[in-house]
Amino acid sequence: MSGKEDIYWRKTSKLMITMMSLWIFFSFVIHFFVNQLNAIKIIGFPLGFYMASQGSLIIFVVMLFWFAKAQDKIDRDSGVAEEE
Amino acid sequence: MSNLGRIYTIYTGGFAGFILLVAVLEQMGVPNRVLGYLFMGFTILVYAFIGVISRTAEVGEYYVAGRKVPAFYNGMATGADWMSGASFVGMAGSLFLLGYDGLAFVLGWTGGYVLVAVLVAPFLRKFGAYTVPDFLAARYGGNAARTMGVLVLIACSFTYVVAQIFATGIIAQRFLGMDFVVACYVGLAGILVCSMLGGMKAVTWTQVAQYIVLIVAYLIPVVWMSAKKFGLPIPQLTYGNAIAQISALEQEFIQKGLAPAGMKQHVAPFTSYSPANYFWLILCLMVGTASLPHVLMRYFTTPSVREARQSVAWSLLFIFLLYFTAPAYAAFSKLEVYSTLIGKNIADLPAWVYSWGNLGLVTICGKAAASVDAVKAACGAIAGHSGIIRFQDFGINPDVVVLSTPEIAGLPYVITGLVAAGGLAAALSTADGLLLALANALSHDIYYRMINPNAPTKQRLVISRALLVVVAVAAAATASTRPADILSMVAWAFSLAAGGLFPALVLGVWWKRTTKQGAFWGMLAGFSVTIMYLVVTRYFPGFGVKYMGMSSLLNPVTWAPIVDVAKAMTAPNAMDSWVLASHPLASKVGWFNLNNISAAAFGLPAGFLVMYVVSLMTPAPAKEMQDFIDECRRPRGKSMMEEKSA
Repeated sequence: MSGKEDIYWRKTSKLMITMMSLWIFFSFVIHFFVNQLNAIKIIGFPLGFYMASQGSLIIFVVMLFWFAKAQDKIDRDSGVAEEE
Repeated sequence: MSNLGRIYTIYTGGFAGFILLVAVLEQMGVPNRVLGYLFMGFTILVYAFIGVISRTAEVGEYYVAGRKVPAFYNGMATGADWMSGASFVGMAGSLFLLGYDGLAFVLGWTGGYVLVAVLVAPFLRKFGAYTVPDFLAARYGGNAARTMGVLVLIACSFTYVVAQIFATGIIAQRFLGMDFVVACYVGLAGILVCSMLGGMKAVTWTQVAQYIVLIVAYLIPVVWMSAKKFGLPIPQLTYGNAIAQISALEQEFIQKGLAPAGMKQHVAPFTSYSPANYFWLILCLMVGTASLPHVLMRYFTTPSVREARQSVAWSLLFIFLLYFTAPAYAAFSKLEVYSTLIGKNIADLPAWVYSWGNLGLVTICGKAAASVDAVKAACGAIAGHSGIIRFQDFGINPDVVVLSTPEIAGLPYVITGLVAAGGLAAALSTADGLLLALANALSHDIYYRMINPNAPTKQRLVISRALLVVVAVAAAATASTRPADILSMVAWAFSLAAGGLFPALVLGVWWKRTTKQGAFWGMLAGFSVTIMYLVVTRYFPGFGVKYMGMSSLLNPVTWAPIVDVAKAMTAPNAMDSWVLASHPLASKVGWFNLNNISAAAFGLPAGFLVMYVVSLMTPAPAKEMQDFIDECRRPRGKSMMEEKSA
């Protein structure tokens, strides 16, 4: 494996770890605190309920569009992007 | 391809025009039954038309739509592929009944796409497989891994497709008054006409059309309801208000003695699932999402790796539109029930209670609410009943929540017809994807790769189509027997896929040291442990208790066992095999208080562990395999498996 590709995979792995950490946080960790969050109300929603019914979902969608962009940038910078 | 946007805009406009036309016909006094047939007939004709014009004789188009599907449209097709008849019809109902705990499904069925995008899909696209087992065979050198892949694929897809045909039958029966068995075969015809001639290419373009129908049908009633009740047509915002009212009413019911003090409150967490079950369920659904072959194969159809990633994001956006609306449906219906039923005299119930009660789908005081007299008799039989409906007197079938919303909200019949067409689109599109996954695994992996690698193109397509029909007929025949367990078995598909496929797919790309022996034994372990837990807890619970150390699951609120195992084990039927769902122990026992719906909680760790240990015990993969993985990780360059004949 050439050095350049090594760097490519290291950057890709780092992005993967970032995405997985966010995923773990918004899939599980934040919902551990549902009771505490429910004490806060926004537009009628208890916050803990809101996070499970909308908040986390919105974050997943945004995360994925951001990921597609970030990975594409890594591909281009490392010279392994596909030809247009 | 450049005029796709125009085609689907015209299509959407045409669909809107059709809805208006039906609305006008309704005003002119055309009977509801005719309107129902118009809706179903028109939409199925459109799908069939797309299926026929997309017919193909090319292998590449048949299996992966020629890899020409833009990210955006593949996202829509995946949305339709993903959202089943049960999601469309039953999800809001489950949220109605389970409250906060039901959100495990909302989270699990969306968050899994993060795993798809980051860990799996782009690499499979680069590899350029036709099927998921194809990738396993190439990465893990040989037919052992391929066979395991096909086995898991069949295990998780077949019951799923049966459930879709079942849902089609139910919808056609309820809205068209067709006989259920006939309805199943009509649904089968609707599915085959989309997929048989054009394979993936035809399924893709019909799924896009079906997505548009299903999302419009899902959103219109609830948007209308939100505008009517709260003056703002954005249900996702206004239902916060409904939630607040629900919570206030719940407190009031408890104070007035209209509900038991321990009632399941809508926003209260962990009343149906213990915290551990809730989080394991989310994990199993998410990991299952990232392993289900009929979903993964949709990302084989994009023109590039880059578009495969973008396409996952679009998919999630389109899926999100439905899933973040479902809790609003649930909240509006619950508010309606709370404010028009609970605490009211049994003599003045709204009309919709009887129309659904007649079908046995709404119960009052434990009996179908077929008429005023039936309700009075049922409640009169309860000692000390005051004639005022209490919270615990009311029961509803989860499917009714979405189907009855137009009626409860007093919307015209055209909206009811629209909802039925949407449910049908959801069931048909998922069935299409599943059938194709099944038939392709049999024709491509088993026949072409293992039995007759020299088969000419024409023969392969003939075999593919023949197998598609065979699988479809088998599924319809199974559905027409109304298998009682089929709906609960759908949830099993996620655990089976997760336990059987996920470790092999992820480690195959992310850990070069994974060996073919490791993969094979890991898949076998993950799959066997998962299916063993499912089958033993559901069908052989006595055996599980006696020989495998299983104990009763616990009530999540009181932490008391939900069944007295010692007593049940002395009953004569304790050690029966293949027990019915009504058996006192069925699905009520397990290890560590984990429901069998989360069986991958055992299978997934087992799969990873065995794969890791066996890989380290066997010689590292050869240099060529290491290069193969490097190539898979790099987007640049051609797909690795491109066929000459394609």
